[in-house]
Amino acid sequence: MNRMDENPKLVQGNDDLELEPELREAIGNFKTSLSAWTEEAISRPRKLTSRARVNWALATKWALGCAVFIGTVSGGVYENHHQQVAAKAEAARLAEQQRELTAQRAREEADLMARVDNDIAREVPSALEPLASLMEENQGTGN
Amino acid sequence: MINATAEAIAAQDFDSVVAEHRAQIFRFLLASTRDVDLAETLTQDCFLKAHRNWSSFRGESSVLTWLMRIAINLQKDHWRNRRLQFWRQTRTNAVDLDIASDWLPSGERTAEQRMLAREQVAHVWRAVENLSERQRTVFLLRYVDELDLKEIAHVTGMSEGTVKAHLSRALARVRKELGEKR
Repeated sequence: MNRMDENPKLVQGNDDLELEPELREAIGNFKTSLSAWTEEAISRPRKLTSRARVNWALATKWALGCAVFIGTVSGGVYENHHQQVAAKAEAARLAEQQRELTAQRAREEADLMARVDNDIAREVPSALEPLASLMEENQGTGN
Repeated sequence: MINATAEAIAAQDFDSVVAEHRAQIFRFLLASTRDVDLAETLTQDCFLKAHRNWSSFRGESSVLTWLMRIAINLQKDHWRNRRLQFWRQTRTNAVDLDIASDWLPSGERTAEQRMLAREQVAHVWRAVENLSERQRTVFLLRYVDELDLKEIAHVTGMSEGTVKAHLSRALARVRKELGEKR
């Protein structure tokens, strides 16, 4: 026998929600149990506890997780930035090298052409030597 | 002098309100949280808030429904704050369902009856645990605090129809839980 069985308000079901005997008994036992727990809890001396305790384990896990995440992300960003800087330096070095190579080739080509011109100028077939000497004389007089 | 006397009477009135309703408010909060410390703290907060607003209580509803309304709001605020403060423990001292079912007065029952009752209580706890917040509140107000639908509607701010729907679903869940044990 529990209090619910004695309470006509609940047995009659004034809310039109019929409670079969087993359900009524179970809910009655639940209420009796809860009331016994309440009485015991109210009568015991209360411990002093902080109202909201921080779960340090959870807080530490979150802090570590955040640190790892930030470390990973910033590491990635730094690595990416570092690679970009290195790539730029490498590109500049290659460009400089290319420029030097081009300049060197141009110089070599100019030298070669000068040599060729010189050689061509000097190697006059023997049959044309009188003509060449005439040209030299004309150049000497300025005509 | 007259004011001081009125305040003394009001304080005396409030003392009797605390004496009369503390256990009921605590029981509701205990059933909702399964945490004795939390239920005690929320009960204290509830009466503190009620005391501060005691002069503005116009008696349109009963003192119990007014206090219940404050308790429900405090409980909602508590869980909302806890959800935001995710690094704090959500159920600090919530008692395990099996332990919660242990509280049964021995009375004149036989050992077998006690065992059966304990099993029933455990099933109801399990069903209550799985109810939505609203269903749980409505179920506890109706079958533990024995408020009628109108009072529950007033306390929770829902319409009577909504209260009835929640209650019906809650009962179906308890019924199902009890049916599964067979």
